[in-house]
Amino acid sequence: MKLKQLSVFLENKPGRLRELCALLAENNINIVTLSLADTEQFGILRLIVKEHDKAKALLEENGFVAKLTEVLAVEVPDQPGGLSKILEIEEESGVSVEYMYAFTIKSGENAVLLFRFDDMDKAVAALQKANLSILSSADLHQRAEG
Amino acid sequence: MHAQWNDRESLIHPASAPDYLREEQLRALQLQRLRAITRHAYDHQRLFRERMDERGVAPEDIQTLEDVRKLPFTQKTDLRDTYPYGLFAVPMNEVVRLHASSGTTGKPIVVAYTDEDIEVWKEVMVRTFACAGLHSGDIIQNAYGYGLFTGGLGAHYGAEALGATVIPISGGNSERQIMVMRDFGSTAICSTPSYFLHLIEYAESMGIDFNDLPLRVGVFGAEPWSDEMREYIEGKTGIKAIDIYGLSEIIGPGVASACEAQEGLHIFEDHFLFEIVHPVTDEPMPDGEEGELIITTLSKKAMPVMRYRTHDITSIIPEKCACGRTIRRIQRIARRSDDMFIIRGVNVFPSQVEAALLKVEETLPHYQIVLTRSGGMDQMEVQVEVTAETFTDTVRGVEAVHKQLSDAIAHILGIRVKLTLVEPNTIERSMGKAKRVIDNRKS
Ligand SMILES: [Zn+2]
Repeated sequence: MKLKQLSVFLENKPGRLRELCALLAENNINIVTLSLADTEQFGILRLIVKEHDKAKALLEENGFVAKLTEVLAVEVPDQPGGLSKILEIEEESGVSVEYMYAFTIKSGENAVLLFRFDDMDKAVAALQKANLSILSSADLHQRAEG
Repeated sequence: MHAQWNDRESLIHPASAPDYLREEQLRALQLQRLRAITRHAYDHQRLFRERMDERGVAPEDIQTLEDVRKLPFTQKTDLRDTYPYGLFAVPMNEVVRLHASSGTTGKPIVVAYTDEDIEVWKEVMVRTFACAGLHSGDIIQNAYGYGLFTGGLGAHYGAEALGATVIPISGGNSERQIMVMRDFGSTAICSTPSYFLHLIEYAESMGIDFNDLPLRVGVFGAEPWSDEMREYIEGKTGIKAIDIYGLSEIIGPGVASACEAQEGLHIFEDHFLFEIVHPVTDEPMPDGEEGELIITTLSKKAMPVMRYRTHDITSIIPEKCACGRTIRRIQRIARRSDDMFIIRGVNVFPSQVEAALLKVEETLPHYQIVLTRSGGMDQMEVQVEVTAETFTDTVRGVEAVHKQLSDAIAHILGIRVKLTLVEPNTIERSMGKAKRVIDNRKS
């Protein structure tokens, strides 16, 4: 249910992101989706890849600091109010969002959003209670591969 | 009461008597020796005489101990530039021993001793061992290197003069060190603290626990070490770890030594005159305040060294020591003035930045200090490599680490400086050791 996401610390230096993507590509690791949170000082790159353990080891070997964290992929109808519904549900159960980003590939009429909540288990329970569809790793990669 | 005093007297080695001199006697002795050595150096050291003449100072101008400030400083480069015998102040037939430092860069430094100088050296080493709580009957395993390095023979002669049994094992061969320590029943060891740490590990691998051996004292010197290291050694082995201080340029080991109270190091002031000066302005610093340690040899004949700039940073502890010695103490030396730089009028040592980083992180991260100048203002930036331990995957988490580090540095330095988190392995390592300060200021 929970997905493994790879987070990488990046300095705000030109070309760093490109270098990282090239490194993964050379090693046949396909990036399913990514998001970059950046500040003036630094950036945190968040990646969803199929072979996360292999990718982590590869990045560490090449001098990056990488960490695996868990996120949730939630499918919502791609229409106004889709996101706010999820946020409402979580707010009611006292869970807050640490960060979120959209999955780049649409799933039919639905959008896929990736979330990191402060209390992941509580978040799962609340979403399930509301009958929202949480994608498994297999679901997500299947969709990504089309 | 009287009997008690006698008991105590009997415990003090005769060589240690100067450690208990009354203040006035000690100062009078220092002045008498300072005047004599100034005269001797002036008459027999060309470099010193030329510098005195340049300043218009004569040996007779030394009327009080404070007058030492009229004398020129001696720099380490002076000892190099006069290699090998340029600073010798006696004819060669009076020199009974030579030692030399292993110069890591360029020429080594050669130092000389007369028969009398060797006696002084022996005496201060006896006093060092007595400070460490050692006496006749102790078995001292001397693991300092024997040879041109002053450590081995300095400790050797001192231990013999103390009346102890010396094992002249020298450095290296850890297995034999441990075997000798166990089989010969060594009660004390002399070595560098880092070598002893290695021995602790080695003994462990041999299945030997230091707590089961008769060893009770370690006399450690020849390199800077921290209080944390001392606590580690003492906790791990059950011995008392005594910090000693010395420089080949001055005499070798035996310049200062911690006593059993372990609050700073007693300075053997009757043979060495200690001053603390501001490392930049050279102004004398009051007792208790930090500055650069300057040492004048008061008794050494073969090669007197006047006002030697040690570049070691310490302060005088004027308070009386619990052990009863009347000679004063200095703080443990943990920093060198060579490393110091000034930013916005504040003196900064890399070790302070290190201490701040260690307050936040458990192990010292790789870091670098970069100094730049823009618009006439000096800027200091501390770059710290992010580690797997400090990296959290939220912006807030990384910013919190950034703030913690930045606050800890501001707290210790008293000024706020720029802090940048950088990726691992981006700070250049040369010879396994990172260069800590990059000064890009162009004046
Ligand atoms: Zn003491």
